[in-house]
Amino acid sequence: MNNEVLIRVDGVSKKFCRSLKKSLWYGLKDIASEAVGRNGGHDHLRSEEFWAVNDVSFELQRGECLGLIGRNGAGKTTLLKMLNGLIKPDKGQIEMRGRVGALIALGAGFNPILTGRENIYVNAAVLGLSKKQTNNKLEEIVEFAEMNEFIDAPVQSYSSGMAVRLGFAVASMLEPDVLLIDEVLAVGDIGFQTKCFNLLNKQSHKSAVVFVSHAMPQVARIANKITVMENGLVISQSNDIAIGIEHYNDSFKNEEVAVAGSGKAVIERIRLYGGNASDDQSIPIVHYGGDLTIELDYRLAADVQACVIAVGIFDQSMRMVAQSFSRASGIYFENNHETIKTKIVIPRIPFAPGLYNATLGFTEKGQLGQWGEHLARYEALKSFKVIGNSVLSSSYAPVVLEATWL
Amino acid sequence: MNTLFKSVYTPESAIRHPIKLLREMFRDLLASRELAWRLFVRDVSARYRQSFLGYLWAFLPPIVGTFTFVLLNRSGILNVGNMPLPYPAYVMIGTLLWQVFADAINSPIKAVTAAKTMLAKINFPREAILISGMLEVLFNFTIRLVLLITIFICYGIVPPMTMPLALIGVFAIFCLGFMIGIILTPIGLLYTDIGQALSMVLSFWMLFTPVVYTPPTTGILAQLTLLNPVSPLIVTTREWLAIGTASNLLPALIVFLVTIVLLFVGWLLYRLAMPILVERMGG
Repeated sequence: MNNEVLIRVDGVSKKFCRSLKKSLWYGLKDIASEAVGRNGGHDHLRSEEFWAVNDVSFELQRGECLGLIGRNGAGKTTLLKMLNGLIKPDKGQIEMRGRVGALIALGAGFNPILTGRENIYVNAAVLGLSKKQTNNKLEEIVEFAEMNEFIDAPVQSYSSGMAVRLGFAVASMLEPDVLLIDEVLAVGDIGFQTKCFNLLNKQSHKSAVVFVSHAMPQVARIANKITVMENGLVISQSNDIAIGIEHYNDSFKNEEVAVAGSGKAVIERIRLYGGNASDDQSIPIVHYGGDLTIELDYRLAADVQACVIAVGIFDQSMRMVAQSFSRASGIYFENNHETIKTKIVIPRIPFAPGLYNATLGFTEKGQLGQWGEHLARYEALKSFKVIGNSVLSSSYAPVVLEATWL
Repeated sequence: MNTLFKSVYTPESAIRHPIKLLREMFRDLLASRELAWRLFVRDVSARYRQSFLGYLWAFLPPIVGTFTFVLLNRSGILNVGNMPLPYPAYVMIGTLLWQVFADAINSPIKAVTAAKTMLAKINFPREAILISGMLEVLFNFTIRLVLLITIFICYGIVPPMTMPLALIGVFAIFCLGFMIGIILTPIGLLYTDIGQALSMVLSFWMLFTPVVYTPPTTGILAQLTLLNPVSPLIVTTREWLAIGTASNLLPALIVFLVTIVLLFVGWLLYRLAMPILVERMGG
């Protein structure tokens, strides 16, 4: 049963058009050449076109799960649409074996006026289930969606989470050979997410799964192969999930630094590194459990006597995950009216692998030792990457605490 | 191990393998029956649920339309020519038949546009959308038959022997409209101009069709009516339905045969265009 290749993608490319006007016109031309059976013209770009998917190849067997990751617009969804047979490749060839199921548009065909029960039948029919099959699974679906009381209420009275839950419940009744999933596991509360995850985990042993997500913990848990796309190209393909996730994190470039506050503190030079100061990467690497060091040269305006410094660490979704205050250690930096050099060392970084950035805040020391004027706040000043093994990558929380397990 | 169904996707035009294409077309047509029925039931049951008057809305437009023309005729504004039937019955039959044509022509673009998101995200037999649209048009006609029966009773029209043939006539009118609609669909989905123009053209077109008055025998209007493919179908169907003659049978037959051929061409085009439409429509 295993070693059965269910998906074979060979040098597949797809072009898209940036301008709507041209896109429609090309569409018309393409329909015409399709209708007369002309084959040429697929492999060169016309004006305003670009390769949305560029020369992608991979194979997937039953029991394998490919995590397909990349930034928005990298071509993941386009690739999925080609795998699903919705659009044709412009180059290359795709072979799919067996029944293909897609968890992509949950609740497709729902009509908001109709009841949940009526919509189950519509949605199931769209996904290719017969009425008899649906009848048999109806109870299971209602049960899975946790909707016993609401099943005869119109779908427009549902919360968006409920509608998606119902859609997921219907779609999960399919038992496909190939399963395509596009960003759908982020629905519902934790209880429902866990249920979805377990179902998927079970299904992934029976099918070949392609899983598109931006949630790296989920990818790290489900996938056993990983492909990273950027601008239509595959930039990394590996069986080691941690490596793939690392490449994905690399694809985020440094954001512009925004400065707030009165401007009475000015950073002249900053270095941020993990481990040895000698490493000079474009994005500093910090090992989980290792040290994070920030070296800082800055000046204070003449009327500032002394200041305190705070470090804030944000994760990729701009959620603050940790803070550090010099004032908490009773440390104040006196103004010497020239460049002040400060070195901040934060030991035993407990963050899950991923991309983080540091924000630095300078606050004047108040007359009575309280917080004074906000001198400067450098937002997203420096990015750094935390690396660790794939167990750490699968953490949902940004902080992984060490513990003693007796 | 190789019993699994295999699909291969390449850039090649599907029309290069006509046998395979045909086989797939009929396979999908068969596979789409249940879904088409589901979608049809969904649309019909949702249509009037949020309405106070409900199904009355299916009857009101033809009633109001007939009433208008009867009024115009009574007051002498409209000269309708020689009538083989009581005028209200003539108009009502004409309006109902024309409505089938107009509904059918609009149906494919409307149905595909409404299903855009679904088409863009899920792979299901594309024919289902068309068929559910077809069913809806025929369903609308069927419930409006109540009006027809009412008018037959009111004016004491005795149904002629040819009446059952009128079903074929209705079917032909429907096919003609649907054929034009389906051929326009690929362009109509890319450019909304088609949909806009369609409603305008239809109201104009009706004037060259013997819907509310008998066609004149001389003049420009007569020429235009002669070239109008809907005319022989409507005339023949009405005659079969209420009079028992068939003065336009040959042209009607020719129109019907051409329609059937072009309907198939439209279906083929629809299939070939679908991946390109999905790509360009987004959704």
